Amino acid sequence: MDKLKLIIVREFLAKVRNKTFIIMTVLGPILMIGMVALMAFVTKSSIDKTRTVSYVNKSHYFTSDDFQSTESLKFIDLSHLDIEAAKQTVKETDQYGLLYIPNSSSIDGIIKKIQFFSNESPSVIFTERIERRLDKRLGFLKMKELNIDIEKVKKAKIRSEIQLQNFEGKETSKFINEIKLGIGTIAGYFIMLFIMIYGAMVMRSVIEEKTSRIIEIIVSSVKPFQLMLGKVIGTAGAGILQFIIWGIVLGILYIFLLPILGINTNSQISQEQLEMVKEVAANSKIELLIQELWQLPIATIMISFLLFFIGGFLLYSSLYAAIGAAVDNETDTQQFMLPVIMPLMLGIYIGFAVVINDPHGTLATTFSMIPFTSPIVMMMRIPLGAPLWQIVVSLILLLLTFIAMIWLAAKIYRVGILMYGKKPSYKELWKWLKY
Amino acid sequence: MNYLLETKNIVKTYGDFTALNKVSIQVPEKSIFGLLGPNGAGKTTLIRIINQITLPDSGQVFFDGRPLQLNDVHYIGYLPEERGLYKSMKVGEQALYLAQLKGLSKAEAKKRLKYWFEKFEIGDWWNKKVQELSKGMAQKVQFIVTVLHQPKLLIFDEPFSGFDPINANLIKDEILELRNKGATIIFSTHRMESVEELCDDITLIDKANKILDGNLQEIKRQYKTNTFEVGLHSPDPDKLRKEIASKFKISTANFKSLEEDLKLNIKIDPKDSARDLIKYLSEKTAINHFVEVIPSVSEIFIKAVETNKRN
Repeated sequence: MDKLKLIIVREFLAKVRNKTFIIMTVLGPILMIGMVALMAFVTKSSIDKTRTVSYVNKSHYFTSDDFQSTESLKFIDLSHLDIEAAKQTVKETDQYGLLYIPNSSSIDGIIKKIQFFSNESPSVIFTERIERRLDKRLGFLKMKELNIDIEKVKKAKIRSEIQLQNFEGKETSKFINEIKLGIGTIAGYFIMLFIMIYGAMVMRSVIEEKTSRIIEIIVSSVKPFQLMLGKVIGTAGAGILQFIIWGIVLGILYIFLLPILGINTNSQISQEQLEMVKEVAANSKIELLIQELWQLPIATIMISFLLFFIGGFLLYSSLYAAIGAAVDNETDTQQFMLPVIMPLMLGIYIGFAVVINDPHGTLATTFSMIPFTSPIVMMMRIPLGAPLWQIVVSLILLLLTFIAMIWLAAKIYRVGILMYGKKPSYKELWKWLKY
Repeated sequence: MNYLLETKNIVKTYGDFTALNKVSIQVPEKSIFGLLGPNGAGKTTLIRIINQITLPDSGQVFFDGRPLQLNDVHYIGYLPEERGLYKSMKVGEQALYLAQLKGLSKAEAKKRLKYWFEKFEIGDWWNKKVQELSKGMAQKVQFIVTVLHQPKLLIFDEPFSGFDPINANLIKDEILELRNKGATIIFSTHRMESVEELCDDITLIDKANKILDGNLQEIKRQYKTNTFEVGLHSPDPDKLRKEIASKFKISTANFKSLEEDLKLNIKIDPKDSARDLIKYLSEKTAINHFVEVIPSVSEIFIKAVETNKRN
């Protein structure tokens, strides 16, 4: 096993010392932060922009009190002008548009007659905001007209609150489910990302050994299987190191850089979202939320994440290694990549399409058992409370498939690493298995 | 005789293709053994089986008198035909890594590498990356790595390809020295002149079958045709030629000389001796040149392969 250790160390160092690796390790967080900052900046500037709107109010239903300016919306009263003159005035400025409320004898008459003039068609959010303002005033007037006691209406407003409980009588909150789903999604997505990036790295490393023709020297000292295993483990180590560095750097940057950039995280959330969050937070008692967070099977989640992460990576990277051994250069890998990437994509798709709606249904359960999708799908299900026996069965299946797969991959690997100049077909790979 | 390595009835097939058909070889201890054969004969497959890179379908390999074991890789040094090094790794680091894979401790490997690097005058390459080296330079490093763990058995597959004549000579001398120090060497090549110079024994493989093996001298004796190359002085070469032709089977010989009037290859009956021929010729005229025609390895090679083709 000393040789395996040597190989692992060499592979690890070869990856870590690689220029691209170093550059990506440094640039990764900067790029990510940059992306987030850019997105935040764009969102912020579009939301924070104060829009100036002029209005011509010819109706007695509205007063200037109904057009109070807010942070994002500024009103200019042009009611002293007639509509044509007002249009002309607004056109010459860079105002967002002109709201025109004509006179009408009835509330019902006026609702269809209000107009908004602008150069470009206004955004949906904007029109909704204006409409809400108008509705509030007109609704108030309508109630008055119908002799409805406004105070009574206010009193009659009811908000029901469903208390969630499971059959054991434990209270649950709605919000916690979102968090659980979030944890699962992040874990599943992380596994997929890791497999794709570092699996391909294993493959490239095998191809490099073939093209540099060192492979035969190595396999005259160690078994091809040892070399393959060492490569997979060494690469995984380098990958984990990179992810840890990214995590730490991102954390530090988040704490120190964000305030400097002046990005207020709150401002990204629009008014509606904020209301929703408040609503949810109000509905679910905060103490209950925290209590439930603590009751999440954290140990189960962590342990199974580790196991599924390792299992999934080993399974896929042995496939990547076999592909690398079968071909002579990276361009030839295309035809073999599809069957590797497909199940990963399927896993993510099932996760988003099925697990979210029906986490413990037949479809989700099935795909969380199939070894090629299980690391992703099962990880999404676990925080939502997948039964322990299913997790265990899924892990056993994953382990068995991994053993079978690495055995097959090693056979292809053993033959493939010594084959030069041929671009093998699937049929040929099948033959290699029997050599 | 002690055989360091023996293979018994090795069979290896790839699908319908037979790479080796019941090939048995015996490699005597402390000798240089030539493994010869045309391209695609199965040499590399056999070498890979000896190195336990490929497994035979049937047959056995014996090393030092017992069945070959996994750990025997520590006693074998292999320089493959398709060889290279990690391009982005430093020379010294890489040599250390490969030596450790052969079971040497780091300290021991370092000590021995120092010796070899000095011997080959490449001490200042230690911290260079392989991609900065020329092909010949890289081959020197590969050679060192192959012999560093002082293996009992060394296998060189086309060791001279890629070397300039000076370095090829250096390697040749090293190979001879290793043999004199007690190593056994299997040597696979197309370069017949180096076989002639180096090999004690040879085995010839063609189309998956062993078609010839044994001590090189003995094989040459088997393949000699009792033919002598002679250069004669004569005032009338045509007449002399006719006279000799009436007694022996002759053909025109081709060799460089200053003044012979008649150059002939004369084949004698195996019963007769060279002495009789000399006697006969000297009675006729003056002899300036008299050499027995010994078949070269290359001629034996071609002849054996052609005979095999006919069969």
